[in-house]
Amino acid sequence: MKRLKLGALLVSLTISALLTGCDSDNNNRADVPDNPAPAPAPAPEPEPVTVGFEVTVTNLTHGQPLSPVAVVAHDGTLRGWTVGQPSSNGLELLAEGGDNSEFVMAFEDAGSFASVSAEAPLGPGGTESLSLSFAEEEGVLLTVATMLVNTNDAFSGVTRVDVSTLAVGESLQRLAPIYDAGTEFNSELAGTIPGPADGGEGFNAEREDMNFVARHPGIVSRADGYAESVLDQSHRFDQPAMLLSITRTE
Amino acid sequence: MKIKPFLGALTLAAAATGVQAQTVSVEVTNLTHSIYFTPLLVSAHVGEFHLFDIGSAATLELQMMAEGGDISGLVASAESVGATNVENPAAGLLGPGTSVNIEAFDTGNNGFLSLTAMLLPTNDGFVGLDAWEIPTEPGSYTLYLNAYDAGTEANDERVVAGSGAPFVAGIPANPGGNGEAGGTGVAIEEVNQRIHIHRGNIGDTDPDAGVSDLDARVHRWLNPVAKVVVTVQ
Repeated sequence: MKRLKLGALLVSLTISALLTGCDSDNNNRADVPDNPAPAPAPAPEPEPVTVGFEVTVTNLTHGQPLSPVAVVAHDGTLRGWTVGQPSSNGLELLAEGGDNSEFVMAFEDAGSFASVSAEAPLGPGGTESLSLSFAEEEGVLLTVATMLVNTNDAFSGVTRVDVSTLAVGESLQRLAPIYDAGTEFNSELAGTIPGPADGGEGFNAEREDMNFVARHPGIVSRADGYAESVLDQSHRFDQPAMLLSITRTE
Repeated sequence: MKIKPFLGALTLAAAATGVQAQTVSVEVTNLTHSIYFTPLLVSAHVGEFHLFDIGSAATLELQMMAEGGDISGLVASAESVGATNVENPAAGLLGPGTSVNIEAFDTGNNGFLSLTAMLLPTNDGFVGLDAWEIPTEPGSYTLYLNAYDAGTEANDERVVAGSGAPFVAGIPANPGGNGEAGGTGVAIEEVNQRIHIHRGNIGDTDPDAGVSDLDARVHRWLNPVAKVVVTVQ
């Protein structure tokens, strides 16, 4: 919208420039008033336009509570993760321990437009809505991330969803895949999983797995023959983990 | 003025065949955590041709690829119908989390794109794209590919050196290591002998025994296994 307004301003400037350069002969043209209004005074700096988005999240899993969901609005220079690249420290903390604070802070430090975090985990089958609003920017992308808490380091989310083209009232949907942060071996052992299935350790700075982000291979569980696993059949999952509905609200 | 009917005729001819020479780029990303792709075959071909037919028995050429990563048979089949092929663009295995970009792939007059590679470690699993019609409108198109089972070999999940040839049981290699030994064999026969969605590796967590030589915590996957971005120029 900023660009549009600037464009309109430029057009009016161009017209007034033409007018000042006109001979009186041309003043009888229908589209040129005989007594053109004086060139408009420079438009006052417009009030910043606020845009708002509401992200409605549904947890599609059978038995994986989702850690407090983070939503960040940012420009095209930022991203939450890249398949094949190591997780950021913030993403590692999110994916191993369900704590999105560093993940969000890293975005803020890099100049994100706005962010919001749910206050509590979102249980299986649950739906919640998170809203954010900010002064209008060109090229708005959204990143959404959360941990599947009954895992070692699985997270679900989308990064760089372009919402720039949404008009007020329009929405789009995304199904969020499940990724493996690649920072902790998927041992499923007691003491390694922070969710209610275990109550074990969340974040550990040591990186002991592949150390790159990939699609998650799924959990095994003791129901599938892994006797030492603290996870049972209820914790198994398949893609995707979340349904996201993103609506531009203002 | 005389040139106009001539141009019109050309346009009509192009419309009639429905295809025109196109240059595309194809970026393939292995999305998996621990599965390797053997040398890729990326083929542009006519719509009647298929490297594999889902729901049908595999050809011997597909079996060679799916059991041992040998794309020579599929290459010859595709060439016989005028396909343009890119063979082994990654110059070897395409590891988990890695990508390869084929730039300036001249598809000639071929309007459909296919792709195959064996998945390691599996018995006869492969990632595939089957005859996707290449759009004529410039832009980037993202495709997500699933893992298929060629249906030609029992998924015994035993790693056996030299088992890449058709009709030789076993997984020929486990490139990432972190595997096991002493597996007694998961499946003893392949009941569904048609190309189908792979049911996944089972694995186990016993390094010296159990049913599988694969690690259940490492060598499984969930679809999709590959992301393909085709950019039409």
